Parts: sequence; C-alpha cells; structure tokens
Amino acid sequence: MIGLSHYLIVSAILFSIGLAGVLRRRNLLMLFFATEVMLNAVNIAFAAISHYYNDLTGQMFAFFIIAIAASEVAVGLGILIVLYKKHGSLDLDDLANMRG
Amino acid sequence: MYETIAFYLFSALTIVLFLITVMSKNVLYAMTALASGMVLISGFFFILGADFLGVVQLIVYVGAVMALYSFAMMFFDATRNIKEKNTPGMLVFLLGGLSALILVLMFAAPIQSEAVHALYPIHEGVGNAQDVGIVLFTKYLVPFEVAAVMLLVAMIAGIILAGKKMDQSLTEDIDADDEILTQKDAK
Repeated sequence: MIGLSHYLIVSAILFSIGLAGVLRRRNLLMLFFATEVMLNAVNIAFAAISHYYNDLTGQMFAFFIIAIAASEVAVGLGILIVLYKKHGSLDLDDLANMRG
Repeated sequence: MYETIAFYLFSALTIVLFLITVMSKNVLYAMTALASGMVLISGFFFILGADFLGVVQLIVYVGAVMALYSFAMMFFDATRNIKEKNTPGMLVFLLGGLSALILVLMFAAPIQSEAVHALYPIHEGVGNAQDVGIVLFTKYLVPFEVAAVMLLVAMIAGIILAGKKMDQSLTEDIDADDEILTQKDAK
C-alpha cells in the first residue's frame, strides 16, 4: 500500500534533482527548466498531503503555485528574449558584466 | 494493486525524465522530457483523487507553459548543443541532496507532532471539481483575484518584453517615433 511517505520521498527526489540542476547548469533556459522541475515536485507533495489528511488546502496551494509558475514563465521568457537579442547568448558566464 | 503499480511506474519514469531534463545538452531534448514528465505528474494527481488539479496541470503546464517555451525556442538557436562550463557534479549533487533532506525534515516536523488537522475537509460523494470550487470561491477568493491580477501583469510584461521594437523607448527616442509614423503611413 502506498502511503504518504512514498509520495514525499518521490517529491524530495524530484526536488533535489531540480535543485542540483539549478546549481549545476549555466544556461539560463536550462535554469528555467530546473525551476519548473522543483515547482512540480512541490506540487506532488501538496497534493499527496491533501489526499492523506483529507484536506483541500494542499490542492489550493498547488493551484496558486501553478498560477505563479505560469506568470513566472511569461515574464522570464520575455527577459530571456531581450537578453538574447542584446548579448547573443544565454550563458551566465557571458552575461556576468558586474565583475569588479 | 493498480494504484501501487501506477505509482511506481509514474515515479520511476518521472525521475528518469527529469534527470534527462537536468542533464541534457540539447534544449529540445530537455524540453520534450520536461513536457512528458509533467504529463506523468498529472497522473500522480489523478491517483491522489485531485482530478481538477490534474486537469489544470495538463492544461496550464503541458499546454500553455510548454507552448510558451517552444515559441521562445524560435528566438534561440535550439538545434546547437549547449556548451557550458558546468559546476562539478558530485559537489552539487551532495549539496542538492543535503538541502532537500533538510527541507523534508522541516516539513515532516509538524506531521510528527500530530498538529495537522483538516481545515477544509474533502466531502465524500461530492466531485473534486465542485469541492475545489466551493473552497476556492469562498475561503480563497482574495488570493484568487490577486492571482488573476498577477497573471494580467505577467501578460503585459511578456508582451512588452518580447514584442517587436519594444527594446526602443517609444516616447523618448525620436528615431523610433519616426519609424512608427512611417509604419503607419505604409499602412
């Protein structure tokens, strides 16, 4: 039988994959993908807790997380397009221009 | 029984697909793996009885967000492999795993103390969409409206950032004014 801890473990594994991606990648688009992975992992945890505690609050928070993720992608991709037009690259090492 | 099989299948596939997303050097492979991983995550939601959340996940993530990414892909050179100087892998995995462990402990602490009780219980015999709708439009009405305003702001920001000629100031730059006037005349 699948319990709450199974879901939480899967969610933690997915979250750590996303976190490792955020720490490892240098391409801004890939950083966005890793952020999406982390948000999805948290959504799984919310839905599982909502199911096992018979409470709708978790699902509500998952809805708001989805809304926030959608607006984050809209604004973030706009910024990425402007950056790409300006620099011709999305690599963080190329974009670092405040080095003293 | 089927629930168990589905859970293990979905979790294994999701982990593999998200690993591909994080590790891949090709943007298109990463995006495809991310999209299919999100479809499988909506499968988790259906197992958990959160039908409406699963449908929203499919529509918003797989439909809207992924379509947005693939539109943005037209601006970038997606076929070329990404050359990047990655931070060393073992250290990053250690740090990521450790911080995930700390997060799990943090979130498990109130569960251990039995302090969690249902504020808005799920009703038996009522569909999930109706249940969610009642709670969303009574208890969470203000956050819902704020989220709507936030989406509107994000839409305007996306249009302004990604639109044509939007990198020039339309009010201050004289050249841009002339250009817009000529465009109007051409029409």
